[in-house]
Amino acid sequence: MNEDIYVLGIETSCDETAASVVKNGTEIISNVVASQIESHKRFGGVVPEIASRHHVEQITLVIEEALQQANMTPAELSAVAVTEGPGLVGALLIGVNAAKAFAFAHQLPIIGVHHIAGHIYANRLAQEMEFPLLALVISGGHTELVYMKEHGHFEVIGETRDDAAGEAYDKVARTLNLPYPGGPHIDRLAHESTNPVDFPRVWLEEGTYDFSFSGLKSSVLNYMHNAAQRGEQVKPEDVAAGFQNSVVEVVTSKTLRAADQYKVRQVIAAGGVAANKGLRASLEKEFTEKGIPFFIPPLRLCTDNAAMIAAAGTVMFEKGIRGNMAMNGRPGMEMASWI
Amino acid sequence: MIYLGIDTSNSPLAIALAKDDTILIEETSNLKINHSLTAMPAVEDLMSKAKVNPSELTHIAVAEGPGSYTGVRIGLTIAKTLAWSLKIPLHMVSSLKVLAANGQFFDGIICPLMDARRGTAFMGAYDGESLESVIPDQHSDVREFLLQLKETGRPVLFVGMDIEIHKETIGEVLGDQAAFAAPQNRLPRASNLIMLAKQSNEQNVHHAVPEYRRITEAEANYLKAQGGGES
Ligand SMILES: [Zn+2]
Repeated sequence: MNEDIYVLGIETSCDETAASVVKNGTEIISNVVASQIESHKRFGGVVPEIASRHHVEQITLVIEEALQQANMTPAELSAVAVTEGPGLVGALLIGVNAAKAFAFAHQLPIIGVHHIAGHIYANRLAQEMEFPLLALVISGGHTELVYMKEHGHFEVIGETRDDAAGEAYDKVARTLNLPYPGGPHIDRLAHESTNPVDFPRVWLEEGTYDFSFSGLKSSVLNYMHNAAQRGEQVKPEDVAAGFQNSVVEVVTSKTLRAADQYKVRQVIAAGGVAANKGLRASLEKEFTEKGIPFFIPPLRLCTDNAAMIAAAGTVMFEKGIRGNMAMNGRPGMEMASWI
Repeated sequence: MIYLGIDTSNSPLAIALAKDDTILIEETSNLKINHSLTAMPAVEDLMSKAKVNPSELTHIAVAEGPGSYTGVRIGLTIAKTLAWSLKIPLHMVSSLKVLAANGQFFDGIICPLMDARRGTAFMGAYDGESLESVIPDQHSDVREFLLQLKETGRPVLFVGMDIEIHKETIGEVLGDQAAFAAPQNRLPRASNLIMLAKQSNEQNVHHAVPEYRRITEAEANYLKAQGGGES
């Protein structure tokens, strides 16, 4: 195929309304994200009902903006790619129905993309992927290690058994009276600590690549509770650093071991992980020492966006995968290979 | 002029196509199927049966609510995306007025009703002849709204799928003043929606949002529950 492929991506799985045009799965032509974070702050987290309302208010504006910035008409597009799942049901179905209506109006193919596949393919917008590859996806909703033999092949080799790492960050942040979202605040505080609290590392059974963060979260809550009962002052920076050290050590160690076992040629990370200096520094240091190429895309591609959905959708398009008007949002969608 | 009308604001699905003043095709189903899954296939199916291409549409009409939050949002998302994509006007009509149109030419007041649990409902009151609003659409305690209707002294025709739920209360408050639509006239019809849309103003597509009719209460509840579910 010599003709250029232009895909419009649409993403509404959580609290960002986003649209983007991507060329050939590798080049961002436009990338528009309308964040609702200010609106959800007062609730201390994302409220599904409110998120869904905002998506309806923003959706056509955001798509229009993406096309205008790309200076393209719908007729010049090859396909529409939309996040089909996982995510909040009421949020997903706004993007899916807008994508279906847009695709129908212009008689374009529609493609349903798995949100995590999107996060992984965000890397392709920064540098070409090399296989076999290991992807670490960590954010508010996900903590996964995914092995890929080639384009469109996904094997989830590790995932969280309880809370996502980002959820644990938010809960710990709340007990430290830090604003939502908690990740950046904990990360910042952690760097001010001189005497981190020693919290346990949760390894689970030998050999597993799965994660668990609820035990660590409970340890932090217990520590705070006990200190309060004894009338002791805790240093928030030491709690933040102790919590973050535990997460970083477990995640880094499991990612390293998986990269070894699967003999991958590249390790990529995506999701809010890119914003976390502590985790990022630890992964970069270890993989540099090991001599395995390690990449994190720029921050704006790591948080939820539609360029990543268009990038993944382009590969699906090339593989002949098509959705139809009966597509629906799938909140519990499992990751499946495209080959 | 080719109009596409969509009402997914409650569990029935109502879609129609009209050319000028002629209804070409219309579908009303009451199968409690997920609109997110079925609304666009139904649009595609009706348009292919009527041999109308998307590019031939000249107007989109949608029921704006009140009703099920999710249902209203699905209809509005589809309608506004179609209207914006095709660069054609969008018209919004109250979901209660669409129901009221089922009883047009009733000699009195027409009261469309959608149950909203705990003795409350989305209700409105429309003049039987002109379909002008007599009492604004609202989320109300059913008994309180009925007392307002009683004061008018005019006969009242109740329409909507949920009138059975409140039949007893209606009888208690209004007695002989109340009449009830026959079962075949209780579901919303997109043909009515289109005819009402023709008399309505064009909307700014980007600013078009559902008329939830109880946004503050929902927000208050969510504040209390801090992250509850979906309705
Ligand atoms: Zn994400």
